[in-house]
Amino acid sequence: MTEFLPPALIMLAAAVLIGLARGTWRTAVVLAAPLLTLVAVWQVPDGVVMTVDFLGYPIEPVEGSPVRRLFATIFAIMAFTGGLYAFRQAKWYELAAAFAYGAGAIGVSFAGDLISLFLFWELMALFSTVVVWCGGTPGARAAGIRYAIMHLLGGVILKVGIEGVMVHTGSVEIRPMLATDFDTWMILIGILINAAAPPISAWLSDAYPRSSPTGSVFLSAFTTKTAVLALILLFPGEKILIGVGLYMVMYGIIYALLENDVRRILAFSIVNQVGFMVCAVGIGTQMAINGAAAHAFAHIIYKALLFMSAGVVVYRTGLNKCTEVGGLFRTMPLTAVCGIVGALAISGFPLTSGFTTKTLISQAAADEGLVAVYFTLAAASAGVFLHAGIKFPWFVFFQRDSGLRPKDAPWNMAAAMVLFSVLCVLFGVAPELLYRFLPYPVDYQAYAPGKVVFYLQLLLFSGLAFFLLLPMMRRTNTLTLDTDWFWRVVMLRGWLATQSLIGLCGGVLGGAWARVRSWLRSRARVYFGGAPSGVFAQAWPIGTTAIWIAVLLTAYVTFYYIG
Amino acid sequence: MLALSIAAQAFVKVKGYFDVDGWFAFGAVYGFLACFLMVVFAKVLGWFVKRAENYYGVDEDD
Repeated sequence: MTEFLPPALIMLAAAVLIGLARGTWRTAVVLAAPLLTLVAVWQVPDGVVMTVDFLGYPIEPVEGSPVRRLFATIFAIMAFTGGLYAFRQAKWYELAAAFAYGAGAIGVSFAGDLISLFLFWELMALFSTVVVWCGGTPGARAAGIRYAIMHLLGGVILKVGIEGVMVHTGSVEIRPMLATDFDTWMILIGILINAAAPPISAWLSDAYPRSSPTGSVFLSAFTTKTAVLALILLFPGEKILIGVGLYMVMYGIIYALLENDVRRILAFSIVNQVGFMVCAVGIGTQMAINGAAAHAFAHIIYKALLFMSAGVVVYRTGLNKCTEVGGLFRTMPLTAVCGIVGALAISGFPLTSGFTTKTLISQAAADEGLVAVYFTLAAASAGVFLHAGIKFPWFVFFQRDSGLRPKDAPWNMAAAMVLFSVLCVLFGVAPELLYRFLPYPVDYQAYAPGKVVFYLQLLLFSGLAFFLLLPMMRRTNTLTLDTDWFWRVVMLRGWLATQSLIGLCGGVLGGAWARVRSWLRSRARVYFGGAPSGVFAQAWPIGTTAIWIAVLLTAYVTFYYIG
Repeated sequence: MLALSIAAQAFVKVKGYFDVDGWFAFGAVYGFLACFLMVVFAKVLGWFVKRAENYYGVDEDD
């Protein structure tokens, strides 16, 4: 069949081996498997590599193309660094689940047809739920259930769309389409659920912050970015995505500004960043698709870095909230520096990977003459610096002194953070390293002086706004209602109301039935009941009988004459 | 730093794509205003959607 192993299979085998191996062997598997996968990813040539026949449909579990390899590469790098970050702290079953989850993401990257895409998609849903559950608290278990319901629902919608496309076109091939009929709409909605698009983006900020400090690092990387890849492959240039993306961008900023939980701030900023990518896919030009792919690549690195930094804080202090921490830079300098590098990168500061990738998207919007989109993205870039770039490091590492003196990161966590910090800066100062691997040829100069000045002004003055408006942003011990209110409160109350309505109807019907039965019984007793109550059961006097017989005889004679 | 970034525009021509964004110190003003509006919007929204931490029941307090 083929002379190499499908990359997803290596990760899946590693997930099993993590369960079987112990001690040093397990560590070896955790660190070596992603590197092996990375090698395998780069062995995948362009075009369909494997074909299996299934129910008359050609299944293509491995198909290569530059954008597929790019996403699979970053997923493998993520699995390696995540493994390095987690292997001494995380439970073995969390690592195994995370690797199976990563296998799903790499599987989706190379899926050449909709059926294998769906299988790997569900593999991700399944094992990411396990990762959420590894948070170990009652809150994590409940959030995991909500997360699973949402993703299984998304899976069903996706499957309905895929079945429709199979029946109506007879082909399961992955190819660009537009949302024009019911089938394609179902596919689009199924994918957008995983991308945390409105109106049900709340699953992300609900589940991710409840996972373990190591689990959230893995969770931040795979699900939403495979959805971005699926959009690139299936719906490039679908105009509705521009609006969806812009909404996500703004939603992420506003909710992050209101949030108190450190990791939930980062979770909202995932929605914000994925919004940039979704919008770029909607623009759909070569420059925009390049931007979406490059930004996804850079985003996985700096977002994981931010979650690592926050994870160390949670791991060392056990505290999650801005109101509880502060001033941690004194004893956690490395974690603070790495967190700041991640924060600068997500804000798109010049010399970081965020700048060299996000400006590709803005450039694409400008090239297409989309004025509103361009200015919204610019405002959003300022907003990112506001909510993630300053707010996260400020409240965690500076602000007031909380009196906490936790130790800095353990060596393996520190190594993972340093590695990703270096990558953030590397792709910032040498963007051509990344540009070479983008799906389309890049003709773009990131460091045009005018652009640098514009973004520096934009970002520095958002920083000024942050400190001037600080009194308005004082953190409170509150949560913010989101669309999940509709299924956590409205649907729960609706269910309880339905239950009591059914109970009420049951009561009324039961009462009516009881009355009907007692009436029937009383009638029956009247007519058929035992002596002396029943009409036909009484012992009547003989005279009465004689009269009845006389009546009958008279009637007989009368009818005889008439006849 | 803030002043420097604006001063820099005196020496570097910012090539605006849509006319207005080429104006002097446009990035600074736009960045500041955008952030101001977003913070105010979040604040107002907060009056409507903020709830106590145990709103959904005890499991919020992990």
